[in-house]
Amino acid sequence: MSTQRYRNHLANMLVLAAGLLAAGPLFANEIGQIKVSNGTVLIERGGQRILSVPGTRVQQSDVIRTGIDGSVGITFSDNTMMSAGPNSVLSLDRFAFNSTTHEGRFDTSVRNGTLSVISGKISKQSPEAMTVKTPATILGVRGTEFFVQVSAR
Amino acid sequence: MTNPVARAGLVLMAALLGACAQDPLKPPGSIDLVVIVPDREGRVGAVVVSGAQGSTTLDRPYAAARVEEGGKAEARSVSEGEVKKIFEGAIAAQPLRPVSFLLYFQEGTDEYTPESKQAFEGVFAEIARRKAAEIAVIGHTDRVGPVEFNDALSLKRADRVRRDFMERGIPQSSISTAGRGEREPIVPTADEVVEINVR
Repeated sequence: MSTQRYRNHLANMLVLAAGLLAAGPLFANEIGQIKVSNGTVLIERGGQRILSVPGTRVQQSDVIRTGIDGSVGITFSDNTMMSAGPNSVLSLDRFAFNSTTHEGRFDTSVRNGTLSVISGKISKQSPEAMTVKTPATILGVRGTEFFVQVSAR
Repeated sequence: MTNPVARAGLVLMAALLGACAQDPLKPPGSIDLVVIVPDREGRVGAVVVSGAQGSTTLDRPYAAARVEEGGKAEARSVSEGEVKKIFEGAIAAQPLRPVSFLLYFQEGTDEYTPESKQAFEGVFAEIARRKAAEIAVIGHTDRVGPVEFNDALSLKRADRVRRDFMERGIPQSSISTAGRGEREPIVPTADEVVEINVR
C-alpha cells in the first residue's frame, strides 16, 4: 500500500469512526426492536424476564414467549420482520449483520406456535444465510415471505 | 381454597409460570406446517424444508409442507383463506413495512433543494404514524472533489437531517446517521441525496 493510499485509507477510517460515534440507535448487541406487542409477551434474557412493549430492543439469544392472549411483531436491523401469534416460543439464536455489505447470518428457532417471516437484507444478500429451525425441520430461507406453525401431535 | 374460579386461576398461573421457568418443549413429537406466500409485488422466493427424511423446496405461491418430527416432508397446498385463518394472530402482529425516502441537497452544501423541504414533511408524517419508529439517515455525495471532503459532506448532510428531526421532537436515540460519501450506494441513488429508512 502506497503512503498516499494509506493516508486516504486512514482518513476514511477516521471518518467512518466519526460516523459510528455520531450515532446509532442500536447498540452492537441490539439486533431489533419490538414494534407490536399484544397481551402477554415476555422476553427471556439470561435469567431475566423482560416485559415486551413497542420500542423494547431485542438481543441475540433472547427467547420470546407469547401467552394465550399474546402476539408480537419485531423488525430486525436488516429489515427482516417476524411476528408470532398466541402460545409461541421464538429463539433468536444468532444474528450478525454488516450494514455496509449487507452480509450476515440469522438463525432462529420456533419451538411452538405460529410465526410469520418477511425476510430482509441478510437473506437477499446471501440466500443460505438465514434459517428457521423447528422441532421437525430446518428451513433455509431465500428472500421470501412465509409462515410456520409448530403444534404438538 | 374451594372457590373453583380462584383454583382455576391458580392452576393457570402455575401453568404459565411453568411454561416460563422451563421448557415444556419440545413436545412429544410435533407437527410443522410451512407455507410460502407471495410478497406485496406478487413475487415468491424459496424456502427449503429439510426434515429428518429428506427435503422439499417451496417456491410457488401457497405451496406448503407438512412435516412430522422424525418424518418426511409431505407437499401440501393451502389456500389464502386457510393461511389467514391459521396465522391470524401472527398476521395481526406484523410490523409496518420499512419505507425509504430520498431528500435532495444543493450541490456541495447541506441545504435541501426546495422540493425536498416539502418531502421532509412527508417523512415526518410517516415517522409520526408509527409506534417506536427507527430512522436510519445515510448521506451521499457526487464524485466531484476529494474523497475526504465528500465523506465529511455526506455525514454533515445526514447530521443536518437528524437535527431537523430532533427539532421536531424525535428522540436522538431513535435516529442513526451514516455518511457514505461518494461510495457506490447499495441501492443506486442520485448523487446529492440523503437516504432515509424509516422502520
